[in-house]
Amino acid sequence: MNETVGTNGLIFNEPLLWEKGAAGRTGFSMPRRDVDNAPVDENLAGEGPDFPDLSEVDLVRHYMRLSQWNFSVDTGMYPLGSCTMKYNPKTNERQAALPGIAGAHPLLPEALCQGTLQLIHELSDSLCRITGMDAVSLQPAAGAHGELTGMLIIYAHHVAKGKKRSKILIPDTAHGTNPASASLCGFASIPLASNEKGILDPATLAELMDEDTAGIMVTNPNTLGLFEENITEVAKIVHDKGGLVYCDGANMNALMGQVNMKDSGVDLLHLNLHKTFSTPHGGGGPGAGPVCVTKALEPFLPVPRVVEENGRYAFSWDHPQSVGKLHAFWGNFGILVRAYSYIRSMGGENLKKASQLAVLNANYIKERLKGTYHLPYDRPCMHECVFTDKHQQAHKVSTLDIAKRLMEYGFHPPTVYFPLVVSGALMIEPTETECKADIDRFIEAMKAIDAEAKENPDLLHDAPKIPKVRRLDEVAAARKPCLKD
Amino acid sequence: MRYLPHTEAEIEEMLQAIGVKSLRELFSPVPESCCTLTHLDLPEPFTEWELDRHMQALAGTTAVSPDYKVFLGAGSYEHHIPAAAAYVLSRGEFVTAYTPYQPEVSQGTLQAIYEYQTLVSRLLGMDVANASMYDGASALAEALLMAIRMTRRGKVALSAAVHPLYRKVVETYLAPTGYEIVELPFGENGRTDLSGLDGAGELAAVAVQSPNFFGCVEDLQAAAAAAHQDEKTLFIVGFTEPLAYGLYKNPGSQGADISCGEGQSFGIPRSFGGPGLGMFAAKQKCLRQMPGRLIGKTTDAEGKRGFVLTLATREQHIRREKATSNICSNQGLCATSAAVYMAALGGTGIRQLARLNYDKSEYLKRSLAGAGISIPFSAPTFNEFVADFGDGFEGAWKRLLEKKIVAGLRLARFFPEMKDRYLLCATETHAKEDLDALVKEVSS
Amino acid sequence: MKEIGELVLPEDVRYAEDHEWAKQNGKTIRIGISDYAQDQLGDIVFVELPQTGDVLAKGDEFGTVESVKAVSELYMPLGGKIAAVNAALEDAPEKVNDAPYTDGWMIEVEAEDPGEFNLLMDKKDYLKMLKGSAP
Repeated sequence: MNETVGTNGLIFNEPLLWEKGAAGRTGFSMPRRDVDNAPVDENLAGEGPDFPDLSEVDLVRHYMRLSQWNFSVDTGMYPLGSCTMKYNPKTNERQAALPGIAGAHPLLPEALCQGTLQLIHELSDSLCRITGMDAVSLQPAAGAHGELTGMLIIYAHHVAKGKKRSKILIPDTAHGTNPASASLCGFASIPLASNEKGILDPATLAELMDEDTAGIMVTNPNTLGLFEENITEVAKIVHDKGGLVYCDGANMNALMGQVNMKDSGVDLLHLNLHKTFSTPHGGGGPGAGPVCVTKALEPFLPVPRVVEENGRYAFSWDHPQSVGKLHAFWGNFGILVRAYSYIRSMGGENLKKASQLAVLNANYIKERLKGTYHLPYDRPCMHECVFTDKHQQAHKVSTLDIAKRLMEYGFHPPTVYFPLVVSGALMIEPTETECKADIDRFIEAMKAIDAEAKENPDLLHDAPKIPKVRRLDEVAAARKPCLKD
Repeated sequence: MRYLPHTEAEIEEMLQAIGVKSLRELFSPVPESCCTLTHLDLPEPFTEWELDRHMQALAGTTAVSPDYKVFLGAGSYEHHIPAAAAYVLSRGEFVTAYTPYQPEVSQGTLQAIYEYQTLVSRLLGMDVANASMYDGASALAEALLMAIRMTRRGKVALSAAVHPLYRKVVETYLAPTGYEIVELPFGENGRTDLSGLDGAGELAAVAVQSPNFFGCVEDLQAAAAAAHQDEKTLFIVGFTEPLAYGLYKNPGSQGADISCGEGQSFGIPRSFGGPGLGMFAAKQKCLRQMPGRLIGKTTDAEGKRGFVLTLATREQHIRREKATSNICSNQGLCATSAAVYMAALGGTGIRQLARLNYDKSEYLKRSLAGAGISIPFSAPTFNEFVADFGDGFEGAWKRLLEKKIVAGLRLARFFPEMKDRYLLCATETHAKEDLDALVKEVSS
Repeated sequence: MKEIGELVLPEDVRYAEDHEWAKQNGKTIRIGISDYAQDQLGDIVFVELPQTGDVLAKGDEFGTVESVKAVSELYMPLGGKIAAVNAALEDAPEKVNDAPYTDGWMIEVEAEDPGEFNLLMDKKDYLKMLKGSAP
């Protein structure tokens, strides 16, 4: 590779909002005043906030310039493990912007919002069919929110059985939200070591599982990209002692049309619509984290549910065992619309194909890079694979350096330093929407970086140089936080 | 399918490179017992054009303006969103960007959210604001949990005039913890009755909403004084309509330790209740116990200004079971939307728009009172207020639906003792003739 | 990261297994973290310390030390009452990196049981421990 692909575009130095503008400018068309001024209680009246005054021109240029400093899926590939940065279809945006959807008030009388209720009902049904589970709540606003809902359901289940349990088993490869969600429900997180194959071992589990353990939180495939081959045995051990199996469904993109989650022994799972179901990441949300459960746990789902009778849709609140409410209204409906549009556009066969191709892409990268980067688990992977910087460390080049240099090749770095059980981890998930040519380019870039590590490691230590900023002083940012102007 | 670029030839090549014969073989680690779902029973896929027609039909059944006149607030507000705002927010670099963990290629998101944090702190008069929570309800729950952590006390006081659905969410979050919620009733004037604090014991926090569910502006100074009689107790001010602070004194100036609420009014479409925006701000002393992401200003290797995620050691990916919250994804694009909206309005504009909103709902209130409708709560309000239409209004309300008028929210749904009381909302989007038409219809 | 030979390990302090050091300081015992610990952590951005007057046992968590990407718990090498904490660390946590045994001290403890101090490792044994666990 002779030249780096990374952008050399015109990068504007755009100031902060209050560093521009002038008092009295406006970027807003003030609506016509057709009522008189009414008196305001002087004791309550304030001065209003210190916001800058900008024209519409100022506003548009400001945000256009800021946008050009961002990498995005629309710009290029994000091989971020466990994030499923697949392409975000534009027709989904069009549907979400329809006036009857964007302008819908959540508290409209049910007769006046049949379409939105129908969408909730149909999406719930689709997610059940895709996962093999029996019932769904679309209310949680994110994956972690779904996990919290799951933990609340597990808690309520045991209370209903007459005995509170205090522990949740969590594999050492788990995402940080897992133990954090367990803690929010007052559960103690008990770590469960994976075996030398990188997966859960029934024997290890059997030693820890007892009648004070409410359940286990598994991720399948796990964060090493490996399918938990012992999942049905694991589920049996937990079930035999009265526990429940929660599955973090963040990696569902590997399994659509392949695995029946319920048959694998899972009692409840959450999905990330902003991962598997193509809704955009938005720079950090909004997402949605629906929770799917078996029939036995259906009574505990959050309220309200949406029910259908003779073609009429309605909210249903009378569920005395429900854990309650997680979101002010019905969930991130605008995100649900996008996921619904995706599922209606793909259909069952294409969703299955998507999973197959995601797994194909990951295995292809694994095979092509395993000579160059250290592969801690040389086994068939699912939709993601994990390498380490072990070989490059010999030249004092770390995962961090590799990540920073990869930006200059026009790729967002993979997930780094996670899972924690692998030192210097590089977790790569291409997703199915990356074509072979782009994946080959990614592989070439990774190989070029390895060559640079041997010949010119300082190039990597100083990377990146092309984007708007170089490496930032995160230590100063943490020691003396400056969180606003 | 246009989102699946692989050709058959490419698939063949890749299978060969891997050393397997078929896509099916890639799933060999999966035990047979789990593979009972190889055909997904879903409807045939739509073409893009079929999807358009399907969704237009579905969306066409919802009652929205201008066809319907909807006088509903209660935590979700209709405000005009400028075309310029929608335009910049449609940039793929904002919409399809990931969380800014790699700051060198995420300065757009990082600066936009830093600006958001700054504007929110200024709006609410607080020292620090985070990069958002899911919505106003979960923000309130997290604020209470934060106060409990900081004070190490297990009891909080929550006003009954806080949005009923928010209170339900708070109950859900606190259910497994054993923490106690003391309810503060509301008085005849529509404001929280602070005498409920007498004898409440040692509280981690006192939480009110202002403007509250009934649209009434609380006496925040009095509430703060009452809460701070115990110097450890934190005073939390929630809200569902942040535009109110374009007109009224902000929570920080009135003694709030934490202020949090719903930011949907600021440039985010209602979308049947979500996604919303959990605004969250606090005093400096609360910083390390704050949940959620924080963006900080710093410099790069060449001394240039830049922005990064910071103080991440509070968060789940580092602190795991001891994190201040489990939150990971927040409402990034919604926070950006709110910043764009606040920037479009400007300092001058937000005062004008807040005043206009106030005047519209005051006009409606006065007109209804003039037509003989009872306005039971005497406290000052913003954007919404309670009207008592008298016995048997339910029938009239239904007839109004047929005339495509949604005359407010029936309060008996949440407060069974409030028969015939409705929560009416009027914003800058409601024209005088619509307000006049409503008054005419309900008073005949 | 430093090589083991490069580490600063004073003779006149005792060491605990989780890398705290302890030193007699008149009536109290001063405690901090070793050069090995601060080197492993990297740039320290925040130190969370207990209140004076707190009573903690040997092995109890007395605080945390944070770098940008990690948090480590700090454990009492011996039990007692906290007599003093180093307030300077609030504004200058980097003192722990720059001078872990002097300006970077963390707490002073009135030992409950003076015998516990003698159970801690001397420099020789600590070095042996570090060499044993080195990759």
